[in-house]
Amino acid sequence: MKPALNWLDQRTGYKKLLHEALFENVPGGARWRYVWGSTLTFCFAVQVITGLFLWLAYNPGSQTAWESVYYIQHELWGGWFLRGLHHYTAQAMTVLLALHLMQVVIDGAYKAPREVNFWTGILLLMLVLGLSLTGYLLPWDQKGYWATKVATSIAAITPVVGPAVQKVVVGGSDYGHQTLSRFFAVHAGFIPGAIIAFIGAHIWLFRKHGLTAKEPRRKPDEPFWPRQVLCDAVACLAVLAVVLFFVVRYHGAELGAPADPSEQYSAARPEWYFLFLFQLLKYFPGGTEVWGAIVIPGLLMAVLAAMPFVGKWRLGHRFNVAFLGAVLAGAGVLTWLSVREDRANPEYARALRAAERDAERAVALAQSPDGIPVTGAVTLLRNDPLTQGPKIFARNCASCHRYGDEDGLGGKPKDAPTGSDLKGFASREWLRGLFDPAQVSGPHYWGGTKHKDGDMAKFVRDDTAKFSPAQKAQLANAILALSAEAGLKSQHDADARDVVLIADGKKAIGAGGLGCADCHAFGAPDPNAAGPDLTGFGSRAWLTAFIADPAHPRFFGTNNDKMPSFGKEGRLTPAEIGLVADWLRGEWYEPEKP
Amino acid sequence: MSHPPDHPPQPDRRDFLAKAAATVIGGGLALVGPVAGLGVLLDPLRRQSAGGGAVRVASLAALPDDGVPRKFPVLATRQDAWNRSKNVPVGAVYLRREKGGAVRAFNVVCPHAGCFVDFRADKGCYLCPCHNSTFALDGKVLDQNSPAPRALDELPVEMREGGEVWVAFQNFRPGEKERLPV
Repeated sequence: MKPALNWLDQRTGYKKLLHEALFENVPGGARWRYVWGSTLTFCFAVQVITGLFLWLAYNPGSQTAWESVYYIQHELWGGWFLRGLHHYTAQAMTVLLALHLMQVVIDGAYKAPREVNFWTGILLLMLVLGLSLTGYLLPWDQKGYWATKVATSIAAITPVVGPAVQKVVVGGSDYGHQTLSRFFAVHAGFIPGAIIAFIGAHIWLFRKHGLTAKEPRRKPDEPFWPRQVLCDAVACLAVLAVVLFFVVRYHGAELGAPADPSEQYSAARPEWYFLFLFQLLKYFPGGTEVWGAIVIPGLLMAVLAAMPFVGKWRLGHRFNVAFLGAVLAGAGVLTWLSVREDRANPEYARALRAAERDAERAVALAQSPDGIPVTGAVTLLRNDPLTQGPKIFARNCASCHRYGDEDGLGGKPKDAPTGSDLKGFASREWLRGLFDPAQVSGPHYWGGTKHKDGDMAKFVRDDTAKFSPAQKAQLANAILALSAEAGLKSQHDADARDVVLIADGKKAIGAGGLGCADCHAFGAPDPNAAGPDLTGFGSRAWLTAFIADPAHPRFFGTNNDKMPSFGKEGRLTPAEIGLVADWLRGEWYEPEKP
Repeated sequence: MSHPPDHPPQPDRRDFLAKAAATVIGGGLALVGPVAGLGVLLDPLRRQSAGGGAVRVASLAALPDDGVPRKFPVLATRQDAWNRSKNVPVGAVYLRREKGGAVRAFNVVCPHAGCFVDFRADKGCYLCPCHNSTFALDGKVLDQNSPAPRALDELPVEMREGGEVWVAFQNFRPGEKERLPV
């Protein structure tokens, strides 16, 4: 072994290098307060390695970025762990940067002759923040997309060059493939390259001037190896333990729903350590944002960079320490204010819930047998009745109708409904309520419509009350038969079980039965029918045709109350009508229960 | 010889524990990133190619009855990492109607290095444009100097609904003497 090492040493001189690296003098002996630089180097190394492995699977493009991150998080072996490690180590780095900066300022390590080293440190700080800013966009989820949009819009308000800077950063006028390519190149190439160069300079300058010892020195000097190395290693281990706790606790990193430029995401917030800037911007009225976004942060950075000169004055060092303390405290207060404001905001809470729901749904659809189409996962959500149905309902239907007393999205409209409650429409339960004399003209059915005193309501209130027991049994079967016309997924088994009763009910609806056929067509078209056609009642074809044009002679004709002809008037596209109909009918993909 | 109890430990000995601990912890920390990435790196090893199921390729009427092979694309469901696309080309086959009416199918991929072979009507054989392997109409290696290690990969053919040709499409590893599914 020894001859081989000597051979290698003669050719590379590695022993001298190793000796220099390990036997750097630590004045006053090893101390815990010197560990921060090493923990940062460790974190950066972890980021480079995990980042390279993530690169194996990541794909920057508007139809592939979210999809590849989904693939990493949910499909690849240990992908969630790798991604979580990268995500939480990035957060740890920000905290450690603050600690390192505090230690350097408090110990006066920025003073001559270490000014240049201090400045490389500030540059490194800004480069690392640049990494988190660019990395936030890469998953191309709603959160990253909208938060980064805010960040690049802020860049645009920079005087004179702003709009040009924004266009260069975004790679065009709008977000897309080029934005991701650029952010990825900056995140994985430009900035890491610059960081490696500056870490090299930083460490070289640090070794050149030596460690700034904290006075008074408690112990005699000793070499870096082994006790300071041990302190550093234990500190890194502690950082790693905290990171791993979060990785396991949250099973990797969060992945929101795929970015959708047509779907504003009001819960968009930057990463927590930028929240103070986000909050600061709220205090600057329109036209003055440049102060909050650029001038004030710029001035703070300028004072930070001037610390080596300020520190020369008699009270300069105390000023520097107080300044840094004030900035960090100010950032802390702003962060707290931002969090408090969000917590007290029900709109934010609702947006967050909706975002979580969409994120879960996107993953469920991506894992469905149909998988993700080449048009991207965003189309999965756009074509999903469970996602779009409630939104279309809330926008277009909830001004009159309700869905389980709500507007479809969980909101409670203030005004009384002027249409029926459509939750469970065409189900046995829903129809039993309609045929209940006590309910038919109540708020869940026709209470707010002109039908409340119409022929059908009278039929339910007066005629069915006088039904003989045999007729009542027929009516019960007629309800089963009418509901079976809808072919609802939720009643599939029940409809199959009750074939005989349903056949009996069909006879009761038809001519010579309970009298339905006097007003309604059933089984065959009836141009003279006053009420809606009951053939295929509640089926997809029936419901989409109804929503498209309820005033069509096949449905209410001139008896139509207030309902607009959504399709005929072009208020909704056929696809939107299909989505809301599918949602009302409970037709959407459900993952199989394991 | 034993040390007196109040004798301070030798610096070397006292440092030994620190050195050992620093080496062990440092080594462990160095492994974190690579170990975390190992799964993602090796994940492809557990992915099996789909395939083997029969898909409709052509109708019999589209095949010349003089025994000249014709190339057809094979459409099937393609899983490309996260994307699933139905009815897209996943490969191609040469179909040839023999004298007795039987249909034979050959994967167009050359078993040597994976190029697509061409049928040369003038020579009545298949020729690989990459390394000049030649194959007879029945798929066997024609010229013994061909670099191809085996005959063209023949695929099972089924006739369904009278005139529909279905092929159980599959790719095989190039460069091997034996046929091994990809």
